[in-house]
Amino acid sequence: MKIKSQKDFWSGLMFVVTGLAFAAGATNYSFGTSARPGPGYFPFGLGVLLAVLGAVILFKALTIETEGGDRIGHIGWRPLCLIVAAVIGFGLLLPRLGLIISLPLLILVASLAGDEFKLKEVVINAIILTIGSWAVFIKGLNLVIPLWPSFLAN
Amino acid sequence: MDLLNNLALGFGVAFTLQNVFYAFFGALLGTLIGVLPGLGPVATIAMLLPSIYALDATPALIMLAGIYYGAQYGGSTTAILINVPGESSSVVTAIDGYQMARRGRAGAALAAAGLGSFFAGCVGTIIIAAFAPPLTELAFKFGPAEYFSLMVLGLIGAVVLASGSLIKAIAMIILGLLLGQINTDVISGVPRFSFDIPELTDGIGFVAIAMGVFGFGEIIANLSRPAEHREVFTKDVKDIWPTKQDFKNAYPAVLRGTALGSILGVLPGGGALLASFAAYTVEKKTKGNPGDVPFGQGNIRGVAGPEAANNAGAQTSFIPMLTLGIPPNAVMALMVGAMTIKGIQPGPQVMTSNPELFWGLIASMWVGNLMLIILNLPLIGVWIKLLTVPYRFLFPAIMAFCCIGLYTLNNNNFDVFMAAGFGIVGYLFFKLGCEPAPLLLGFILGPMMEENLRRALLLSRGDWTAFITKPLSAGLLLAALLMIVIVSLPSIKSKREEAFHDEP
Repeated sequence: MKIKSQKDFWSGLMFVVTGLAFAAGATNYSFGTSARPGPGYFPFGLGVLLAVLGAVILFKALTIETEGGDRIGHIGWRPLCLIVAAVIGFGLLLPRLGLIISLPLLILVASLAGDEFKLKEVVINAIILTIGSWAVFIKGLNLVIPLWPSFLAN
Repeated sequence: MDLLNNLALGFGVAFTLQNVFYAFFGALLGTLIGVLPGLGPVATIAMLLPSIYALDATPALIMLAGIYYGAQYGGSTTAILINVPGESSSVVTAIDGYQMARRGRAGAALAAAGLGSFFAGCVGTIIIAAFAPPLTELAFKFGPAEYFSLMVLGLIGAVVLASGSLIKAIAMIILGLLLGQINTDVISGVPRFSFDIPELTDGIGFVAIAMGVFGFGEIIANLSRPAEHREVFTKDVKDIWPTKQDFKNAYPAVLRGTALGSILGVLPGGGALLASFAAYTVEKKTKGNPGDVPFGQGNIRGVAGPEAANNAGAQTSFIPMLTLGIPPNAVMALMVGAMTIKGIQPGPQVMTSNPELFWGLIASMWVGNLMLIILNLPLIGVWIKLLTVPYRFLFPAIMAFCCIGLYTLNNNNFDVFMAAGFGIVGYLFFKLGCEPAPLLLGFILGPMMEENLRRALLLSRGDWTAFITKPLSAGLLLAALLMIVIVSLPSIKSKREEAFHDEP
């Protein structure tokens, strides 16, 4: 069998798998009766419905001809990995190293994901954004964000 | 007159120094993000949600509303000047607006868009004030079955009118509803789908989803595309004021656009996007004066009509959110979320329990529209300069604000990690051609929908026919069904696909 629309094929598959997973998970909770629906009632029904819709999308992807096969195209692994890594890194480092170190690091790693990377520009951008964030969030809005690394704060 | 008393109360609230400031700030920020490429109102409002903890409810909502309609103004500026619609609702403005700019009439196009929008904004505000109270009365008559059916209609309407593939959009809604099921069951107190992670028993934060999908996901998608080339008509913007003939041509279009936009905005899923498309079609079909520039080559009616319509639609789409607590689009979904953050249960009771908030917000929309016209026409030069800010400076800034906001939500890095995960999911959606906006709507409405469904079933003793034997509920469900049937008809389907084909 030939896939006629790549985008629909994979999205259909995603919906089927997610729907079934939720429906299966819902069986762990009491289903109740229609007159007294339990916590598993609604998610089970939704999960089945999603899987059915996913199956229809999947079926259409295999039968209905599309122009050029509706290809997914190349995946931007570089921005994907760098942006996600920058965010996770920020989440891990902020409580330990404070805003003053983790924010410039976030901006540096994220900037690597762009087409053009000029170190001088990135450094200036990082300095401006860090000072700006400190002024807006810590000074202006009084939010509780660690500014200095925890080993220096004491 | 009740209406006048209410509006007087509203203006009293809106004209306090603090609220004028936030309306101004919101409008300014909205224009800014409308002009800046690759940053939409959904991501911006999500970014600002953590900071509204520090504000009172009224100024917070006034500011968020300002961002929403400000973005409509800013989006049309980029559509006219560089043929890149800053917002999806300005897609049709680009057709004739850009042609006008190429003929050296950018100023007249901008003025027509601005003045048309301002007029539509004023009318929209009055319509909200007039129609909100009767609708609220109606909403009080709703039982759980009616509410459930109304939400079904709202969700279906949102995708029927405003998305690409219908079946994928419905699947995205259900996925959103399912994500909303990750929480502690309100009735039995059982934690669901939490995998023993304590943070998940409170549910996924919708800020984490919104920032992940609309913030990080979009950044990844933008960066994985080759940079676009932009041509800016900056030097041509001198004569801002349109000629007498322009006024004569444009004002009937503005009137038609306003009427159309006001009606379409109230419909679930309507709002600005559909209104501008419909208005452009109407203008094209309406006979103009002899000797007019043809459409597609810089006709001023093609700018004034859709711009008036999208602003009117943006205003009136507040009606379902304010009166019923049901968001008709993703931005309104975030507004509902913002109300919940401030401890206000969205729904028909807001008008009676928080009249200052309700009428203040409505009045502030007029104030905000007035500010927008001041911000936009004389200051157009500043916005043009901003158009040239490269994306490589912009996206790290967006990420910085998102990450700090996520951390401060609960002073915990869990939401930061969740958003990183949803960033990957968002990019996946982009690659698979799945619109993320319906997912957000489903996610916000999920818990409300489940509660109403279960209460309706409890009341009817498990009888599912209760949804179709109650006339109001049956009517709402029938309307939802009709919408699906109509857009599935072959002749309408091809037209609909044609209309969405123009979108970038």
